[in-house]
Amino acid sequence: MSDDERENVGQQFGRLPATPADREVEGRASREEVIDFFAERFGIDPAVFAEFTFWEKGKGKIWIFADDAPTPIRVEGLGMTVLRTRQEHWKPTQSAIQRFGRHATKNVIEIDGEAAAAFVRGEDQELDWDGDWGYLIAAHTVGVGPEGRPVRDGTAVERGEREPIGVGLYVYGELRSTVPKGNQESLSPLSTD
Amino acid sequence: MNPLERYAPLVDDTDAFFEACERPLPSVVRVNTIKADPERARRALDDEGVVYEPVDWHDGLLRLPDASPGTNWPYFHGWLHGQEEVSAVPALALDPQPGEKVWDSCAAPGSKTTQLSAMMDDRGVVVGNDNNLGRLSSLRHNAERLGVTNLVVTKQDGRNFSLKPLGFDEFDRAIVDAPCSCEGTIRKNPDTLDQWTLEHVHSVAAVQKGILSRAVQATKPGGTVVYSTCTFAPEENEAVVDHVLDTEECKVVDFDCPLDSVSGVTEWEDDSYDSSVTDTHRIYPHLNDTGGFYCAKLEVTA
Repeated sequence: MSDDERENVGQQFGRLPATPADREVEGRASREEVIDFFAERFGIDPAVFAEFTFWEKGKGKIWIFADDAPTPIRVEGLGMTVLRTRQEHWKPTQSAIQRFGRHATKNVIEIDGEAAAAFVRGEDQELDWDGDWGYLIAAHTVGVGPEGRPVRDGTAVERGEREPIGVGLYVYGELRSTVPKGNQESLSPLSTD
Repeated sequence: MNPLERYAPLVDDTDAFFEACERPLPSVVRVNTIKADPERARRALDDEGVVYEPVDWHDGLLRLPDASPGTNWPYFHGWLHGQEEVSAVPALALDPQPGEKVWDSCAAPGSKTTQLSAMMDDRGVVVGNDNNLGRLSSLRHNAERLGVTNLVVTKQDGRNFSLKPLGFDEFDRAIVDAPCSCEGTIRKNPDTLDQWTLEHVHSVAAVQKGILSRAVQATKPGGTVVYSTCTFAPEENEAVVDHVLDTEECKVVDFDCPLDSVSGVTEWEDDSYDSSVTDTHRIYPHLNDTGGFYCAKLEVTA
């Protein structure tokens, strides 16, 4: 085995080992740990990720790829960024949550109207939340037509009609938007009537 | 002199051609079916009161006459991507299938690349190559926003592209949407002709021949290669196809162009081209009220 395969090299992608026991690059997350993270934190069924491979480029930046490739591989991009590891609290990316967050069954905070618009502008806001602190999926209802909209008393919409907006950090009664600056936008609040 | 004057002999209705080139182009978005179906995207635009018009030949394309395509909820969710109507044609001509390996030699900023991924249900591999780091960064940004996971991004000179890092040695299909003199984008960029010179046309044609040759070589026998530009110049269109017909193992195949088009030309100034280039398509702005475009479909024969 070459040094490239044992070390994490910044300019190339290395495939994640299947389990921690298969680990050869120090500190590298395993495929099992990544899938467990999404299952434990957001209730996303591991089957959702069955057809994908996971890769690390740079320290802790995990990418998800629809196919397989030789490891290590020197290219500019391999699929989509999905997760930041090698820090105390792993953080899913905006793109991962927008793509896979529909499968989430927990730690999803529903925000509508002006709250959703403020989140997309990148603003922090005080909100009630009974669940865990930490990274949450902020979601709202969009594009479901009149019959699918929630009624005023807050009846939950069917899962699947709820669309993830991005990743929020909930601490001390406050939802902090982590929408990347390049994605922030001033949008009209959607009517919830 | 307006460089477009040189194409008057090729165009049936020159008045309509020059008038269309003067008119601004409407904003068009493509629905990103990796994330949403066209019906849901339309409902989301309705929710926000954004006016759109369907495009009759493609249910995933919507014209937005009044709005900036980037400031609405479905765009934020990555359900929509700004893409000129005519530029949706080459991916349809290529017809990539889920699970295949496809090369996009000049991919950035990625409208066609991400359209290929969506047509493949985001399975298999699209290798999106470009030689410019700044343009690659917009390709990466767009692919992330649209939730594309089957894209490998490479930075190489397309003329001598190496598959060695990829772990396979041929593509099922390839698309060369070549850098060109961009005359067909005049409606979007009115000053695009200020820089126009015949020398540039000839130098960019040499690059186009190099990239298209490499695409044919890198594609398996029986595979498909699509060549497209947004210029009217035969030097950059039929002459490039004619060159690879001579030098590489391939033939022109016809395809159903979803927009009104006219046949490629077999004669231009002192040159003549292989008769099969009449199966390639020229799309002039006045034919469908779009930008100008050229598209050829090739089959690799050995």
